[in-house]
Amino acid sequence: MANSGIIIFGELGAGRLSSITLELLGAGRKLADALGQELAAIFLGHPVDPVVREAIAFGADKVYTIDNPALQEYLTEPSVAALEAACRQLSPEVLLLGQTAVGRDMAPRLAFRLGTGLAMDCVHLEVQADSRLLVATRPVYGGNALAEMTCPSARPQMATVRAKSQEALPRDDSRTGEVIPLSVSLPSSRSRLVERVRQEAAGVKLEDAEIIIAGGRGIGSAEGFQTLEELARLLSGAVGTTRAAVDANWRPSSDQIGLTGKIVAPTLYVAIAISGASQHLAGCSGSKNIVAINKDPDANIFKAAQYGVVGDYRKVLPAFLNKVKELLETS
Amino acid sequence: MNSIVCVKQVPDPEAPPASFRIDSATNRMVPAAGVKPVLSPFDEYAIEAALRLKDAQGGKISILSLGKNLALDVVKKSLSMGADELYLLQDDAFEGGDSYSTAYALSLAIKKLGKFDLIFCGRQAADWDAGQVGSGIAELLGIPSITVASKVEAADGKARVERVLPDGREVVEVDLPALVTVSNELGEPRYPTLKGIMAAGKKPVTVWKASDLGADPAQLGRAGAKTNLLKLYAPVRETHCEIVEGETPEEAGAKMALRLRQAKLL
Ligand SMILES: Cc1cc2nc3c(=O)[nH]c(=O)nc-3n(C[C@H](O)[C@H](O)[C@H](O)COP(=O)(O)OP(=O)(O)OC[C@H]3O[C@@H](n4cnc5c(N)ncnc54)[C@H](O)[C@@H]3O)c2cc1C
Ligand SMILES: Nc1ncnc2c1ncn2[C@@H]1O[C@H](COP(=O)(O)O)[C@@H](O)[C@H]1O
Repeated sequence: MANSGIIIFGELGAGRLSSITLELLGAGRKLADALGQELAAIFLGHPVDPVVREAIAFGADKVYTIDNPALQEYLTEPSVAALEAACRQLSPEVLLLGQTAVGRDMAPRLAFRLGTGLAMDCVHLEVQADSRLLVATRPVYGGNALAEMTCPSARPQMATVRAKSQEALPRDDSRTGEVIPLSVSLPSSRSRLVERVRQEAAGVKLEDAEIIIAGGRGIGSAEGFQTLEELARLLSGAVGTTRAAVDANWRPSSDQIGLTGKIVAPTLYVAIAISGASQHLAGCSGSKNIVAINKDPDANIFKAAQYGVVGDYRKVLPAFLNKVKELLETS
Repeated sequence: MNSIVCVKQVPDPEAPPASFRIDSATNRMVPAAGVKPVLSPFDEYAIEAALRLKDAQGGKISILSLGKNLALDVVKKSLSMGADELYLLQDDAFEGGDSYSTAYALSLAIKKLGKFDLIFCGRQAADWDAGQVGSGIAELLGIPSITVASKVEAADGKARVERVLPDGREVVEVDLPALVTVSNELGEPRYPTLKGIMAAGKKPVTVWKASDLGADPAQLGRAGAKTNLLKLYAPVRETHCEIVEGETPEEAGAKMALRLRQAKLL
């Protein structure tokens, strides 16, 4: 049987379709239209939240669900087995997942199980005109290069997609489509969840913040981040950081921005004492405005920034903070 | 507790971005002269995870590395850190592969090594940033995999693995043998000591070719790749940075606030 259709793997967060899922639906819709095929979303869980139907309003033609007690908490083996079974039943042409904690864990195992090729962490997806193949573009070498990949013969063509790289469609409740439960049998898992600890962000969540104040190794200590915290509070923003500051135990890893951290795209990103390594820029280069404060005029961050001050942040930042206070008070 | 650690040699990923040049004729990255090859950073964390288990309960650590032109002093760092033996997979037949063919070759080498409790990989290699080979090896061997680990303990045929989540941590228990991919939250890898470096000189280094692994040539290297690289190119970064200046750093800071207000960003 020839493969047909685009399937996106959907994820929920706080009882809603997560933003990456909406982005996948937007990207998937474009591919489906280019190929003249259907777009479906698939959700796993126990029970599967009825909110998954909303995928139709955001671009899907169909929604598949797999409800199984083994899928209540994410574990690699049952989830991979569930998606494997779905792919064997539905024979999609393209399967997209988010480059999320779950997507990056599940996608490689699933691709190997299906004997197909996979491009991870893609930022651009397109159907090649003559071959009708999916061309997936992914940053490599920490973002110092871009690679365009295809999967010529094996199916489905698989990719995981970087957060905030794709446009979601506006919600359209007039769209119609079916929700179809799939029944699959799942193997028992050789791993078990012992505990899961989630840290609640105190203020604005990093991924949602419109203003991010980020500090790097040059901040010099955990205490050094206090001024950054104060500035973030003042502007209703969030504090972000680099891997160097996480490795030094100045900040929790949940604050890390970059290739192996969070992907953010705020209106304003203030990078303080951050050199601008490509792996860090991978997480913030989608920001609308980057402001850099760095004592090294040759720091790479100035190549990504729109505004910069060359100087010691210990002197520049307090003066900046005071002026911001003054401006906010007088306006 | 016997462990296998897969390590990859890569051009120093922390080299300045300007030192990465692409040869568009061959679709390859040609690092500038002076960019040193290193062990992919997450792989050093993978070695460290194996060493911590060995420190706690003994056992043997075998290192596997597949690649062309491997620099002995680079891959031998694993032995200087405390691993016991090194296997190099070097053969033109392995060249031009992707995550699939690489994982295939490594999985055959692991089968040839025989009994093991845990395999460690880095969460992703710092050249192609794929993050596939670890999970792929586990799939090909039919063993469970736990990714992005920050802590690994093992006892009684099981491992307890702490994983990093975007907003926290989780602990997963897994039956052995299993494969674990390791992240930097594990904590700094140890530096080789002088004694370690001396000892490494006497540890065995074995080179395996495709024929030593009984590999199916159709699944190796370019022939076995599932994906095709159409094009490799440099990203265009076209930002112009407006440097805000002042007599003093304090003045520059205050002026920056005014400039951002003017631009309606504050
Ligand atoms: C595979 C891989 C994945 C990675 N993933 C990530 C990731 O997700 N996120 C991430 O951030 N990194 C990541 N890294 C690490 C990355 O390569 C860099 O090492 C890291 O981003 C550097 O952090 P930094 O800018 O804080 O430190 P540094 O590079 O050390 O820069 C410190 C900067 O502070 C400046 N400075 C020092 N003192 C002052 C002062 N008083 N005033 C003003 N400026 C000052 C210096 O001029 C310098 O530019 C990854 C690396 C690899 C290999
Ligand atoms: N050529 C290789 N030789 C040995 N190990 C490798 C090789 N390629 C990948 N690995 C292992 O697999 C991990 C993930 O690699 P990748 O999927 O390429 O990002 C690396 O951190 C290594 O532990």
